[in-house]
Amino acid sequence: MRAFAQLFTALDETTKTNEKIAALTAYFASVPPADAAWAIHFLIGRRPKRLIETRKLVEWAVAEAEIPDWLFGESYQAVGDLAETISLLLPAPTTSSELPLHYWVEERLLPLKEWDDAKRRESLVTAWRAMNERQRFVWNKLITGGFRVGVSQSLVVRAMAAVSGVDAAVLAHRLMGDWMPSVEFYERILAKESADADVSRPYPFFLAYPIEGPIDALGDIHHWQAEWKWDGIRAQLIRRQWRTFLWSRGEELITERFPELEALGGLFPEGTAVDGEILPWKNGMPLPFAQMQRRIGRKVLGPKILADVPVSLLAYDLLEWGGEDVRERPLEWRRETLEQLVSATKSTGRIVLSEPVNTASWGDLTTLRREARARGVEGFMLKRKGSSYRVGRKRGDWWKWKIEPYSVDAVLIYAQPGNGRRASLFTDYTFGVWDGATLVPFAKAYSGLTDEEIRKVDAFIRRNTIEKFGPVRSVRPELVFELAFEGIQKSSRHRSGIAVRFPRMARWRTDKKPEDADTLETIRALIAGA
Amino acid sequence: MSALLQVNANGLYCAVGAFYIDPWRPVPRAIVTHAHSDHAHWGCAAYLCSTPCQSVLRSRVGSDSNIEPRPYGESFDINGVRISLHPAGHILGSAQIRVESRGEVWVVSGDYKLEPDSTCTPFEPVRCHTFVTESTFGLPIYRWGAPSETAADMNAWWKSNQQSGKASVLFAYSLGKAQRVLAAIDPAIGPIFGHGAVEKLNRIYRETGIALPETHYAGSAPAATDWSRALILAPPSAHGSTWIRRFGTVSTAFASGWMRIRGTRRRRSIDRGFVVSDHADWPGLITAIDATGAECVLVTHGYRAPLVRWLCEHGRNAKALETRYDGERDEGTESETPEPDSPDPDPIPQVPA
Repeated sequence: MRAFAQLFTALDETTKTNEKIAALTAYFASVPPADAAWAIHFLIGRRPKRLIETRKLVEWAVAEAEIPDWLFGESYQAVGDLAETISLLLPAPTTSSELPLHYWVEERLLPLKEWDDAKRRESLVTAWRAMNERQRFVWNKLITGGFRVGVSQSLVVRAMAAVSGVDAAVLAHRLMGDWMPSVEFYERILAKESADADVSRPYPFFLAYPIEGPIDALGDIHHWQAEWKWDGIRAQLIRRQWRTFLWSRGEELITERFPELEALGGLFPEGTAVDGEILPWKNGMPLPFAQMQRRIGRKVLGPKILADVPVSLLAYDLLEWGGEDVRERPLEWRRETLEQLVSATKSTGRIVLSEPVNTASWGDLTTLRREARARGVEGFMLKRKGSSYRVGRKRGDWWKWKIEPYSVDAVLIYAQPGNGRRASLFTDYTFGVWDGATLVPFAKAYSGLTDEEIRKVDAFIRRNTIEKFGPVRSVRPELVFELAFEGIQKSSRHRSGIAVRFPRMARWRTDKKPEDADTLETIRALIAGA
Repeated sequence: MSALLQVNANGLYCAVGAFYIDPWRPVPRAIVTHAHSDHAHWGCAAYLCSTPCQSVLRSRVGSDSNIEPRPYGESFDINGVRISLHPAGHILGSAQIRVESRGEVWVVSGDYKLEPDSTCTPFEPVRCHTFVTESTFGLPIYRWGAPSETAADMNAWWKSNQQSGKASVLFAYSLGKAQRVLAAIDPAIGPIFGHGAVEKLNRIYRETGIALPETHYAGSAPAATDWSRALILAPPSAHGSTWIRRFGTVSTAFASGWMRIRGTRRRRSIDRGFVVSDHADWPGLITAIDATGAECVLVTHGYRAPLVRWLCEHGRNAKALETRYDGERDEGTESETPEPDSPDPDPIPQVPA
């Protein structure tokens, strides 16, 4: 645990990629494989579900710290992070521990699920007493399922590649899918040769950057394949050894949630992997994404919801064919083969080819892009002809060319403090628009301002608080912000009657007064146009 | 009967003695606890402070100011009010002000800390009936580690930067904190440079007889200076300024009590945070308050509400006192002091000046 906590601190204290990779490399080179396997597991963002109720954790920590509950509450407000608050409040450790990470995880963390409260409490308290603040913080983060650190999977992979000499793309692929951190696992992923045993394992997704600069800088349009960019759930549908696996981009196995697609996979030939987008799809048209959210939220999928919100796979690309990894083959070959697959299975009504959009010029494509909203898409994907299917987010061969977001001017009316890095600063805002003479809450936004702007808005909120409701403050309605968002539709769950998708602050409109903000009426008109 | 000291529009006022303690506006007569700008306002007609505070105060409020120094522990009268100054351990010359009239004793602590610090006289508890305390770090999450460990961390950071060819830029408040850091760090590691604001106070500290390691003014260093071996002390306002560019590749650190919280450090986008404060931590506040034996505790700037509530739950008569002091803050930038407590439920009534 000591080494892992030190690694966490090293990663937390730098923003420089090289230093992060150096810290990771030094860690992997020095710890036993059983620890390295767990470290990879946590570093790439996999974590056990919450193993213990927050309420109990706080109760035991408060007793150990010998402070009243309300003082814990005040402390938590100042820190903004539960795991950290606990680690700062506990008394100094009475012992220290040299036990390795895998011991703490396997013997002390995972069994929490099975133990009764008395055993849990005893185990946690003895753990706390043996750890310094830094270790406690990491430990509490693991227990609460909130462990995060500023490294991407690709940084972890680069460090593993440096330690093992195995190619980074191969490592990235081996890290996909379902695996349990163990010595065997660690040895297998770092092996020079590997007979890959995991039948379900997906390929790393190829992700696109937004287009930079003018579109015609991409050169001759005939070197590019354009497709509409859909807004659904990016997924891989895999058929291997007579079984079907559906993976989300978040590397979650979601086969059971989409029985239609599981059935579709059953028609694929053995050894097939398709990259696509899951969309709610009815009568040859996508349904609004909110319909999908209705369905995702359900534990049990009854016949009604399956009939109301059926899904299809919009097929983008072919990654495996006949059991062979075809990602290195040119785009045209993959596309042609994908077309064969789609036409052989499209009678199910569950698969749709993402058709190339052919125009003679960038100008024509730009014109067509104006229809994006009416078509229920986000813009275009542009793929270079002849390109291979690459790993992760890469510039050059794939670009996303999204339409401009919607934009609305709204007034800051409520604020509450953020978490973590933004704790004790007011960073989470609710914005209102005019409905007659009153401002109705319209959207919440957390992102888009610079640190400098956040500091100024924070200072404004402190000086202009009207009322406090727990952590939330109502604020004198004076500041106007331009909000950007991707989608808009009616909602019975929102007071304004409107729900927007991905709202964020595009600009602080210091040039506008609250009365210049938009009205509910003009925003309703956006729905009509959507 | 009105209280011996009351807050009015200008500051904490003693009507019987006709003087202010740490006023926030120019007044005829001010007794100053220490020379930080939120306690020592410019423009007063007459100042009184501790002897070691004198030079620092002069550098802050103007060289032609009328400043009367008094040694720690010596009693004197102002309009029949008995006054003495006692070390507060905060920075050079910082004093608690003991005020006595008709058998009633008040102590105004200004800012204070209990940790050892070779750059100032250690805090000395003074018995009183009413104790006016700060509460900058008035939550139990604020507990300072051993100064020797923090010093070792700073030394290790500096050495590791040298190995990777980076200059070490350490941000510290230029009055008090910078000198404390200087006195704690190992000068054998490499050359130490100071920002102009820091160097000016280093000089005053040395003139007052405080031993500090040798430092050089960064502004007059030759162009060929190898900064990668150096430690550079600068006020927090220099962070992100063009002044930093001259040092090439740097690692930045900030010495402050607020660095105890991960979010505060990350928000500042600095590489390292060292928990070094000139204010009492939570156990320090409680210890200091207990040692006064005070029946009544008035709590100023910081986490007032939690400290007041805690004291009341522990059998003390405690109240919040509305002042304009900032506590530990960043020089030249907006205060980072969180503002955790609600408007005072029971504010001290303000009397007209």
